[in-house]
Amino acid sequence: MNINLTLIAQAISFAILIWFITKFVWPYLLNAIETRQKTIADGLAAAERGKQELDLATQRSADVVNDAKQKATSIISQAEKRASEIVEEAKANAKAEGDRIITGAKAEIDQEVNRAKEGLRQQVSTLAIAGAEKILRKEIDAKAHADLLTSIANEL
Amino acid sequence: MSTGQLTPSEYIGHHLSFNQISVGEGGFWVLNVDTLVMSALLGIVVFGLLGWVVRGATSGVPTKRQAFVELLLEFIDNQVKSIFHGNRHTFLAPLALTVFVWVLVMNAMDFLPIDIMATLYGWLGLHEWRSVPTSDINATFALALSVWLLMIFFSIKVKGVGGWIHELFCSPFGSNPLVWPANFAFNLIEYISKPLSHSLRLFGNMYAGEIIFLLLGMWAATGLAGTFFGALLGAGWAIFHILIVCLQAFIFMMLTVVYIAMAHESH
Repeated sequence: MNINLTLIAQAISFAILIWFITKFVWPYLLNAIETRQKTIADGLAAAERGKQELDLATQRSADVVNDAKQKATSIISQAEKRASEIVEEAKANAKAEGDRIITGAKAEIDQEVNRAKEGLRQQVSTLAIAGAEKILRKEIDAKAHADLLTSIANEL
Repeated sequence: MSTGQLTPSEYIGHHLSFNQISVGEGGFWVLNVDTLVMSALLGIVVFGLLGWVVRGATSGVPTKRQAFVELLLEFIDNQVKSIFHGNRHTFLAPLALTVFVWVLVMNAMDFLPIDIMATLYGWLGLHEWRSVPTSDINATFALALSVWLLMIFFSIKVKGVGGWIHELFCSPFGSNPLVWPANFAFNLIEYISKPLSHSLRLFGNMYAGEIIFLLLGMWAATGLAGTFFGALLGAGWAIFHILIVCLQAFIFMMLTVVYIAMAHESH
């Protein structure tokens, strides 16, 4: 139980152990731990960032899809409008064309009627003159009454 | 029991005698070979193990081995961090790790069954050989005294010689010359009591633990009932001793940290 030289020898080995740990164990282990902590922290931060970016991207893609939908809707409605316009136009054109054809036909018909009337009138006048000639051969001098007959034919 | 023919005091005396060699005249110039060899061996083994783990240390995914060592390191680092607010990584935290681990393994030698170990040592030709270095007052006092010297070293390093002497005379009661003697007496008592309580606490616990194991071993030699109860109580005491071993190592480390942290503070 006496204090003896062991004390000093033990103190020396203690000092050696402290030196060893301070020099060769602690710094390296601490370095490894701190590097890993940093790596983990960076990883977590990156994950967080990634999540935020994902959120943003999701939102952006939703916006884009919405935009596209709206555009599509407006294009469709425009197209529909245009289509109905075209149909209207076509209808109007057809109607105008029809009217034009009808008008043309009517004019032609009128012409034909007039021509027929004219023809008829001349034939009637010829017939009337011929009839009158036959009836009045004896009494009427063709030459004397020609003016009268011509005016009658014209009046017919 | 191989020691059955011995008287109790011979049995205990046998187990408590050191393997000593004399290196000079007088009672002081004696080396306790068992203490030195055991502590050095344990130090080499356990810190060699640490060094080996550190050599393969990676900052990536750690192996279980490394994770365990890191757990230990972080535990000690947290303790030191809560007490000391300077840069602990250059010295104090490694010191705490050294103290804790070394004292722990030296204490843990107490778990080895003394009589079986004595027989083993006997086969090696070592008839007087104590396994537990921390039940040698020289070992604990060496640690405590080293810490004490470090404490004074840091006190002077931080405050300068003048600051240190000023503190010796001017704290805790103030700088009035009238209270200088009282201050100095207080500080003297503090400086003396610190290493004493520091070393004797550890030594006392380990030594008492060993004595109780010896007493139980002796009881076990008295007959069947003695063997039964000796074994039972021995097991109980060993289990309780796990707590003491860890606790004393922890206390020793904490006191080391506290003393050196206090040395850094100015009053």
